Amino acid sequence: MVKKEIIALLLAGGQGSRLGVLTKTMAKPAVLYGGKYRIIDFSLSNCLNSGIDTVGVLTQYQPLRLNSHIGIGKPWDMDRINGGVTILSPFLKEDTGEWYKGTANAVCQNIDYVDKLNPKYVVILSGDHIYKMDYSGMLEFHKKNNSEVTISVFNVPFEEASRYGIMNTHENGKVYEFEEKPQNPKSTLASMGVYIFNWDILREYLLKDNGNAESQNDFGKNIIPMMLKDERSMWAYRFSGYWKDVGTIQAFWESNMDLIKRVPDFNLFDHAWRIYTPNPVKPAHYIGSTGSVKKSIAAEGCMIYGSVRNSVVFPGVFIGEGAVIEDSIVMSDSTIGKGTFIKQSIIGEKVAVGDNVKIGIGDNVPNELKPGIYNSGITVVGEKACIPDGAEIGKNVVVGMDVGYEDFSSLNIISGKSVMKGGECE
Amino acid sequence: MRMKSTIGIIQTGGNNSRLKELSENRSTSAVPVGGKYRAIDFVLSNMVNSGIANIAVITQYNFRSLMDHLGSGKEWDLDRKTGGLFMFPPYLSGGDSGWYRGSADALYNNLTFLKRSYEKYVVIAQGSCVYKMLFDDVLEYHIEKNADITIVYRDMSDFEPKELSTMGILHVDEQQRIVDFEEKPTNPKTKNGSVGIYIMKRELLISLLEESAAHGWYDFVKDILIKKLNFLNIMGYKFDGYWRNLSSIQLYYKCNMDLLNPIIRYELFSENGKVYTKVKDEAPAKYNEEADVRNSIVADGCIIEGTVENSVLFRGVTVKKGAVIKNSIVMQGSCVEENSSTQFAILDKNTVLTNGKSLKGEPNLPIIVGKNVRV
Repeated sequence: MVKKEIIALLLAGGQGSRLGVLTKTMAKPAVLYGGKYRIIDFSLSNCLNSGIDTVGVLTQYQPLRLNSHIGIGKPWDMDRINGGVTILSPFLKEDTGEWYKGTANAVCQNIDYVDKLNPKYVVILSGDHIYKMDYSGMLEFHKKNNSEVTISVFNVPFEEASRYGIMNTHENGKVYEFEEKPQNPKSTLASMGVYIFNWDILREYLLKDNGNAESQNDFGKNIIPMMLKDERSMWAYRFSGYWKDVGTIQAFWESNMDLIKRVPDFNLFDHAWRIYTPNPVKPAHYIGSTGSVKKSIAAEGCMIYGSVRNSVVFPGVFIGEGAVIEDSIVMSDSTIGKGTFIKQSIIGEKVAVGDNVKIGIGDNVPNELKPGIYNSGITVVGEKACIPDGAEIGKNVVVGMDVGYEDFSSLNIISGKSVMKGGECE
Repeated sequence: MRMKSTIGIIQTGGNNSRLKELSENRSTSAVPVGGKYRAIDFVLSNMVNSGIANIAVITQYNFRSLMDHLGSGKEWDLDRKTGGLFMFPPYLSGGDSGWYRGSADALYNNLTFLKRSYEKYVVIAQGSCVYKMLFDDVLEYHIEKNADITIVYRDMSDFEPKELSTMGILHVDEQQRIVDFEEKPTNPKTKNGSVGIYIMKRELLISLLEESAAHGWYDFVKDILIKKLNFLNIMGYKFDGYWRNLSSIQLYYKCNMDLLNPIIRYELFSENGKVYTKVKDEAPAKYNEEADVRNSIVADGCIIEGTVENSVLFRGVTVKKGAVIKNSIVMQGSCVEENSSTQFAILDKNTVLTNGKSLKGEPNLPIIVGKNVRV
């Protein structure tokens, strides 16, 4: 067997609760992004493009969508005899058995998987981020510096630094201090949650951390501080380029909009660094004689008879005549009726919007039930919801999954309201 | 479930010069069509959608493009342990001549495949036709009619009369039995044209091929079907759907334009199963502010800043500012630069229409720009 120098462990168990209804039935890495992808495709494609062919994907929250998306890893060339992709979900052991408690605990519970492959290095990734990165450059850096743990960092504006885990380094890049969300940041180098470890050393620290009942078993909060305390060789690898944690409704929406500018902030058309995903079996899309698409991206299988502007349209979407879609994201296989107007909204998969509907109108009032989630003026319609003809829906409204016509007590849903299946309020 | 006991054989045709530059370096079955497909995708998907899982593709001319496209058959779910996809280009061995001398000879040369299979029936079909058909219905009909051979035909009234002279024209009696079959007649007596789909028992096909080879006959239609009309029960099955053979530039051009019609598109892509093809992992198409696209098909990977009307754009086409594409077909990876224009044109793969250049063909005589050419 060819020994693996490096394998990847991809943490894909996060719920992403601030994405609201988008993550109701799937983990955040499984959320659709960019007209045909799911968020996890970026990390998986980075692995493929960096020459890493062995990836363990750690899942926990709502893994079904993720599991069926990844399958045996074919789209990422990871259907390998030696290596490939393995889904690692929590499992029962002889005398114990528990959910993954934290990121470090998740890896700790899968020590056997890594031991069997016996790599020299392990790269820990998060399946939540949109970026293109060559991990092999980071590995070179790691080796060159005789590093034991290398953390990928990027420069953030000073005023935002207090929202990140900040690495304080010497001039050469050696880390001497790590501060989680510091009030008075000493540097602007934020951790991206990408770590390369020497496996033997990580293994030792995982076991040590697991024995500590006080620990939250988290890489950022526990493992890294513990290694710093022991004066392990820790280096920061600078990444420059597009990197987004699409953790909130607004960040998710903005990051999708980053793809549609003339020179997009994030380029999906780079043939030297393709992003792979299972391709839908659909014909090329069709723009009708009454249709118009400007400053947008649209995927295969769409039929567009209306007007689309500043938007991202996923595969298989139908947009009726006279409909106007602006500043919005319409996910796979949704239908938008004739004469409907949609502004600044996220329409989930397989949603049926009727004729002459208006979505995203009125005042910008935060959502009454979940002001922490729906507050940026964006209205979100959950998967498979049906919106009746003539409905008028305001801003920061959430229409829950599977909502049917009967769930609309009125056709006028003002800003900040919610429509839920069976009238349920969570 | 009966289709599980059926082999599919796809004939990819002779050297067709009526497709001009388009088939210069590719098999007629590998001609790109509809924004992301190759002609053979339609018959292959029809077979797979009908449950046929053991398929041979017989090739002769310019088959490299076809081999590239089909690979192991993964995209059609044909990378199987039992059955799957088999490619049969001509080969030299002991007693074989190598080059196929005709359609029957091509099958005869691969008799081993037929002999070592154990399926009861065979469907033979052509690789260069665009249509959607489930072969289950044809097989059911074949069995019900107690036919020895069933030939699928269609009323070709929607073709220009001169096209009928390039087809096999059938006469069927009231019981749908084929009583006459004229191959490429100068004066066709009916408008019933064969679509080149034949169903029969595998054992019968083997014996017909052996008999024909013993006589030194090589053509499947002339030497087997026509010669056996009075000796076997050969039935006609009428197909009413959309069907085009991409056998000439005019037919090729029109077929692509037909796909702009929602009714035809629905029949081909939304009914009776999907159409599978090789995937390319392109990003969704990107439209910039100046894009003005109407009544057109646009595939993934395109970047559009110009005007596109009544056209088909394949994957990865770039249309720059001020460019105008009308009534045209632009294949994969081509670029139409600033202020250039095309009208009734077919741009093959990776062509470049440079700044300000203009190309204009006629509806019945589209202008063709060959692969990799810079105009």
